[in-house]
Amino acid sequence: MSYATGLRCRKCGQEYPLQPIKICDFCLSPVEVNYDYKAMAGVVSHQKISEGPFTMWRYRDLLPVEDKREIDIGTGFTPLLKADNLGRELGLDKLYIKNDCVNPTYSFKDRAVSVAITKAREFGFDTIACASTGNLAASVAAHAAKANMKSYVFVPANVEPGKLVGVAIYKPNLVTVDGSYDDVNRLCAEVAQRYNWGFININLRPYYAEGSKTLGFEVAEQLGWQPPDCVVVPAASGLLFTRIWKGLQELSTLKLIGAVNTHMYLTQASGSSPIVHAFEAGSLHVHPVTPNTIVTSIAIGNPADGYHALMVARQSGGGASSATDEEAIQGMKLLAQTEGIFAEAAGGVVIAGLKKLAAAGAIKKDQLTVAFITGAGPRTQEIVSDVVQSFHVQPNLESFSKVLDVQV
Amino acid sequence: MAKRQVMFTFPRKLIKEPIIYQLSHKFKVVTNIRRADVSEDRGWVVLELEGDEKEIDAGVDWVREKGVRVDPIVGDIVEG
Repeated sequence: MSYATGLRCRKCGQEYPLQPIKICDFCLSPVEVNYDYKAMAGVVSHQKISEGPFTMWRYRDLLPVEDKREIDIGTGFTPLLKADNLGRELGLDKLYIKNDCVNPTYSFKDRAVSVAITKAREFGFDTIACASTGNLAASVAAHAAKANMKSYVFVPANVEPGKLVGVAIYKPNLVTVDGSYDDVNRLCAEVAQRYNWGFININLRPYYAEGSKTLGFEVAEQLGWQPPDCVVVPAASGLLFTRIWKGLQELSTLKLIGAVNTHMYLTQASGSSPIVHAFEAGSLHVHPVTPNTIVTSIAIGNPADGYHALMVARQSGGGASSATDEEAIQGMKLLAQTEGIFAEAAGGVVIAGLKKLAAAGAIKKDQLTVAFITGAGPRTQEIVSDVVQSFHVQPNLESFSKVLDVQV
Repeated sequence: MAKRQVMFTFPRKLIKEPIIYQLSHKFKVVTNIRRADVSEDRGWVVLELEGDEKEIDAGVDWVREKGVRVDPIVGDIVEG
């Protein structure tokens, strides 16, 4: 059984039953799932969780699903690695990397989609849909394949076909729309009103959001049931950032960890950094921008959870940092060349942001810090194609020794 | 009749213009403001538009042409 009791508006507090709804009817703000933590506390324990599967579903009691047959493609419980080499570069003694690149479709989106699609089936939907060209689309299509559900992925018609291979391989219904991203979003909103489908980023968003909490749960468990001192998280809509915080708070409420004194830092690409702008300006409103960055997986100009992300950064004594495209690429290379992890550009933004925060003394040498790497690099590997620099030799030892200047 | 939830973001030069009033007079669109914050140098308004789909489209295009940024309230997960 689930301990979810309903949905509540994060802005005005209006409550709703657990239904597929997109936003608060009154103030048009995002809604989130509420739980009966008292009842939940009577059931969850370190031991019960440790006896669960080595996937995100070991935290089933803390998720809003009733169905025992969750739609799982093997997501979660990804490695938390002590990053000594990178730590030395940045002057941090207790640096860890949470490597979510190794999820089934190579990004953290699998966590969110696994919960959303399980919930979609509970609601009776036989079709699931989203608007995305990247990680989200791949995850939705893969989970729909596993669940034997129909899926529709909406993309602008001018997206390069090569970019869609990692999505099309799962055989969703791929809908190419003559128009911009705004047009695609608008069409999706209209389709969602007309058809009885589960839209990941519309009527399933409150449930999708809950899956992201498991990143916070896992890190705390992998650290021996303690919260980190600092975390650095990439931010697009701000949803992941706020849900890692919510995950840590829930563990504390349930007395599975102590008080949470984690300093929450978010990072964005400079070309799409409305939350960082607002943080630096001391504003509580995130003014939309038009994204202009190669870091497409976090390029959202009008972040739906921007206000809440700002509040978390402030309340936790954390902050916000941005990185240029060039810094992001350097960050990708630094992570790969120190820790052997090939992240997407958003991971480069995290490493670049971490580097700045450490250099500025915001994150201190002895603080236990976790950097969240949320997507793998190969899907967009063309942005670092300049790394291919080889030694050209003839097929004989003499040439090899000469070119590489290696003595036999 | 269709409904659409949007956010208008006004630049400084348009703060003094009654754009939402004009929108509901030039087009057959009912404007219903739910949240807003307007200061002397910028402002935003979250509102619901109700009317015929074509009227809403035309109205939103007109608002954009005036220089106001228009964002949908949902659907911010695109490329990620």
